[in-house]
Amino acid sequence: MTMPPREAVEPLATARLAAIARPNARYLAIAAVIAIAVLLPVVATNFVVFQLTLVMIYGLAILGLNLLFGFNGQFALGHSAFYGIGAYTAAILMDKIDLPYYWTLPCSGVVCFVVGFLFGLPALRLQGLYLALATFALAAALPQILKFSPLEDLTGGVQGIVLIKPEAPAGLPLNPDQWLYYFTLAVLLVLLAVATNLVNSRTGRAMMAIRDHPIAAAAMGINTSLYKTLTFGTSALYTGIAGALGAIVVQFVAPDSFSFFLSISFLVGLVIGGVASIPGCLVGGLFVLYVPNIAERISTGLAGAIYGCIMLLVIFVMPSGAAGLGRVALARAMAWRTRRR
Amino acid sequence: MELLLQQVLAGLANGAIYALMALAVVMIYQAIDHLNFAQGEMATFSAFIAWQLIAWDQPYWLAFAVAVIASFVGGIVIERILFRPIHNAPILSQLVAFIALFSILNSTDGEIWNFTIKTFPTPFGREPLFGSRLISTHEAGMIGVTVVILGLLYLFFRGSRLGLAMRAAAANPDSARLVGIRVGWMIALGWGMSSAIGAVAGMLIAPVVYLEPNMMLGVLLYGFTGAVLGGMTSPGGAVAGGFIVGVIENLAGTFIPYFGRELKLTIALVLITAVLLVRPTGLFGRAVVSRV
Repeated sequence: MTMPPREAVEPLATARLAAIARPNARYLAIAAVIAIAVLLPVVATNFVVFQLTLVMIYGLAILGLNLLFGFNGQFALGHSAFYGIGAYTAAILMDKIDLPYYWTLPCSGVVCFVVGFLFGLPALRLQGLYLALATFALAAALPQILKFSPLEDLTGGVQGIVLIKPEAPAGLPLNPDQWLYYFTLAVLLVLLAVATNLVNSRTGRAMMAIRDHPIAAAAMGINTSLYKTLTFGTSALYTGIAGALGAIVVQFVAPDSFSFFLSISFLVGLVIGGVASIPGCLVGGLFVLYVPNIAERISTGLAGAIYGCIMLLVIFVMPSGAAGLGRVALARAMAWRTRRR
Repeated sequence: MELLLQQVLAGLANGAIYALMALAVVMIYQAIDHLNFAQGEMATFSAFIAWQLIAWDQPYWLAFAVAVIASFVGGIVIERILFRPIHNAPILSQLVAFIALFSILNSTDGEIWNFTIKTFPTPFGREPLFGSRLISTHEAGMIGVTVVILGLLYLFFRGSRLGLAMRAAAANPDSARLVGIRVGWMIALGWGMSSAIGAVAGMLIAPVVYLEPNMMLGVLLYGFTGAVLGGMTSPGGAVAGGFIVGVIENLAGTFIPYFGRELKLTIALVLITAVLLVRPTGLFGRAVVSRV
């Protein structure tokens, strides 16, 4: 048979992609995508540039969820909360102590890492569904906490906080939208590279071993509790940085933007992009931004229904998401080429 | 003292609804080992069906009965076409399926009946019960209906062959299948009953929280809290947990300044985390041991 071996089409790790495609082709593809991303703002309108910035931000949040969900097998429904905490940290720092916007990213990251790590400590004892339940409660509770009246001076209560749009550094011929696009792109590329290295490292293999068989992983000498809490923290850090970027780009935070429905969006993006796929996150980001826009144009209540139907469709028909589809296509093409030789 | 008593009774009234939701969640958990995150949205949908019938000038109890029956059938249909095919799929796929169902039902509600807040009638009225200021007739009705349903369910599961078969299917599917019980249909029946119980809860709480597509999110969270507190493996415990959570919620709302009133959902979060940390099996549950 000329079909690829079965494991070649299974959604395991990005390392598989490298095994199928030759490294040169892979680097060429990445370079091409980056080149297109750099050139896009020159030709696109400001609104499209703004939208693409949001795509990258959602992609980053989905990547955070994916580190936890896809690579470590912990089921969390509360990433809207980490996104919200990141966004509020950035907004409060910019609003109250006039911190420059670029410094808010590490701050939000650290705050979310700590919150995620602390939430991850009890979560160690909450296997599977119980973790989903606890994080669901976190997502449901956060908007109320943000509206909490004794904290109103800080959080702005129901009104939220309005921010000022940062200008491009003097001397650069860019408007604010374009500047934020490049800023987000740079942050995204750095974090993507870090995530790729993390996943392909010893740590990443430990994370995946815990996902695939926690008891066997523990028997192999992996400190499961340490890795699980650290993964939880890292995941929250990624999503928190995405939240901070989101606050800067949208220039506004309000409690009800961070409801449970945002968590559903991230989950949809994750499933569409592909579980345990790093490039798939950006596909997920594209989906989460554009599909509701199109759906809302037809009818207001439709976005959720489309989300739900597509999630079901993916589960039933395409369990490995866009990334899996890409891998299968690539594997088929490669098999076809070797056959012709 | 009167305030305390009044708040305890009001807590029991809300707790009755949480108890029903907790019971509905536990019934599905017993059958398929999954938490039904869409339980609240299913209940909201049922309440909307009843609201629509009442809006078309049908009597309350007819609307109530139709909604319960429709939910029963709907629950079975959902199990058959959605969850039956994926019952061997990984836990992730099943979780996503529940979230998908949540999302679909929520926006279908919004699409058909829009997102404005609607009042929902109560058949019990809102006067003080027997002239006492402690509890209103609707609150008493909530508790009464819940107690009746719990009694009927108890009799069904203890006294009837079908109830015994359902318990057997949940406790040990393989052995149950060997003695001729159709386990698949027992699970479907569990879904139907769970959905019908949720519908009753939705219609009873709708006059209090007002009807809108998102009304059950908080109620479901309290239902989960009740189930976790009482023990996911114990239906009776889940019911008790629901009542306890209702009372805690109301007392905290009255006696803890700021926190209790504005951070009601945070109380649920704290309770869930605390129970899972201190006693993961809940008050009345038993530890689940699995062979590796």
